[in-house]
Amino acid sequence: MDKFTRLTAAAAPLNLANVDTDKIIPARFLKTIKRSGLGKSLFADMRYNADGAENPAFVLNQPKYRQAQILVAGDNFGCGSSREHAPWALLDFGIRCVIAPGFADIFHGNCFKNGILPIVLPADVCEQLMDDAAQGTNARLTIDLEKQVVVRPDGEEIHFEVDAFRKHCLLNGLDDIGLTLEHAAAIDAYEAKTPSWKPAINGV
Amino acid sequence: MSRTLFDKIWDAHVVDRLEDGTCVLYIDRHLVHEVTSPQAFEGLRLAGRKVRRVDETIAVVDHNIPTDADRLNGINEPESKLQIETLEANVAAFGVPYFPVSDARQGIVHVIGPEQGISLPGFTIVCGDSHTSTHGALGALAFGIGTSEVEHVLATQTLLQKPAKNMLVRVDGVLPPGCTGKDIVLAIIGKIGTAGGTGHVIEFGGAAIRALDMAGRLTVCNMSIEAGARAGLIAPDETTFEYIKGRPYAPKGEDFEKAVAYWKTLPSDEGAHYDKIVVLDAAQIAPQVTWGTSPEAVISITGTVPDPQAEPDEARRDQLQQMLRYMDLQPGQKIAGTKVDVVFIGSCTNSRIEDMRAAAAVAKGRHVAPGVRVLVVPGSGLVKAQAEAEGLAKIFTEAGFEWREAGCSMCLGMNPDKLTPGQRCASTSNRNFEGRQGPGGRTHLLSPAMAAAAAVTGVLTDVRELV
Repeated sequence: MDKFTRLTAAAAPLNLANVDTDKIIPARFLKTIKRSGLGKSLFADMRYNADGAENPAFVLNQPKYRQAQILVAGDNFGCGSSREHAPWALLDFGIRCVIAPGFADIFHGNCFKNGILPIVLPADVCEQLMDDAAQGTNARLTIDLEKQVVVRPDGEEIHFEVDAFRKHCLLNGLDDIGLTLEHAAAIDAYEAKTPSWKPAINGV
Repeated sequence: MSRTLFDKIWDAHVVDRLEDGTCVLYIDRHLVHEVTSPQAFEGLRLAGRKVRRVDETIAVVDHNIPTDADRLNGINEPESKLQIETLEANVAAFGVPYFPVSDARQGIVHVIGPEQGISLPGFTIVCGDSHTSTHGALGALAFGIGTSEVEHVLATQTLLQKPAKNMLVRVDGVLPPGCTGKDIVLAIIGKIGTAGGTGHVIEFGGAAIRALDMAGRLTVCNMSIEAGARAGLIAPDETTFEYIKGRPYAPKGEDFEKAVAYWKTLPSDEGAHYDKIVVLDAAQIAPQVTWGTSPEAVISITGTVPDPQAEPDEARRDQLQQMLRYMDLQPGQKIAGTKVDVVFIGSCTNSRIEDMRAAAAVAKGRHVAPGVRVLVVPGSGLVKAQAEAEGLAKIFTEAGFEWREAGCSMCLGMNPDKLTPGQRCASTSNRNFEGRQGPGGRTHLLSPAMAAAAAVTGVLTDVRELV
């Protein structure tokens, strides 16, 4: 996983609430056995017309947002399925940070596993950032994870909260499995206490 | 200290605690399917890791398997074929137990877990699928995870998690005739919204929940995720124990008695703390149907489509208007009488034998309305066999319904069962998002009985008029 430390980039405004994972990447694009290459299918049903041509009205198709690495979105972003293809598609497009008033739990967790920082800020603050984002490439936002601030184009710093453990993992690009395996002895000890009635799935 | 059902299961699975409160949480059952696992197995392979507990893992194909009888002769769609073959290669290489498509026990992962006795009370159960919340009906802490976490569980049989908050949704009273678990959960989502349970585990309680059979409870917990809650829970009771007894992978004999003794300690203690409590009166619930493209956009079948102009918030108003445009509905129109093109009876929400019986009771002696296509897709090969033995399949085929093989089918547009653009579907599935059942498809979520009523009348219909 790539580290996330500090990011200065254009932000794209996606002023919609309840952007579900089928919107982020429709299920028909999940038939892959790879993590890569999903960026072209990001927001497919909003981004392309029925004939496959780009919908010029969609935010990420506008020249000023094609290089956006930050997305400012409405409440309950990422609701729906557990598909990690949603953050994979965002990442493959180039998005490293999503700012919204709220996220669905599973999507929120999946972001951290992929070096994407989801930032929760109050709705009125998100509206201000949405206005900043509307200025396109003229108005870059800076995300400083160490300091836990979003820096607006005018220099104003907005503090955000982030789980300490997840912050540590993102800053250092740490692999969860490696960290958990440091607890291998505790896992062994836990398994040694398994109740006698617990069945194994054997003999399929 | 008084603890909730969630607190008790959580505490019993904490292997270790990190400084900031993150827990290494032990996982008792890991369910694996073809869509969210290939990258996880690849990760294991790259790191030279094994599956830590193959005896706590079970794999099955469900999402993109076709549901026509011809599927045993091979799968045509190359990407689906590759994904299924990849799963088969992975389970063989890593030694994971697997129900192949040729096995009668194959089916939707959230149907077969309970059906086989693999999902048990007090367990932690995960799967790379958000509808893992289903298994909470047995009194298990069950939730969906992403592929990175699938890999994490395969490698360590644990997850790094922080506890969720506790939410109680109490449904008091007696559910009126014609209403089901589906109507209860849709009514709950209508009340609290699709983010109402975010950050929480919902425990469903109250007389109306206790009165549900296991199938109804599985339906309610299945859609917890549609209320934003990662997991739903129902305290295990005699209904639960009776359901589990004798299932293939459930404990037997003395072990079963020991297990029941433990399971009886799980229900929330008197005075346990909930961060949020919501109360509904079951008597006020009528058969539900969604009108929009979010499960919270739901009304009674006797209701009318809302008028966006009555919505004061601009962003919300725009969203309602977009929903109406997409669904091709008019503000203020009665939802009953809306013509449908397709009816889908199936999915992890409603494909159990009880769901088949409910649909068949309405279909019996009736016939599909002209121009309507009806797919009935049992949740597992065993549900299919039982429905055939009970004569339900015959009722469906005589009514002109298609009787198909087990799988996720038209719930999510990943296999050949899809809506075409503009088609309107009465569906017993769980999500009515834009394009969910196929690009441009329009979904109305409802119960199996309501779906069968739409099938035989050709329009969204109050099933109470037919029974």
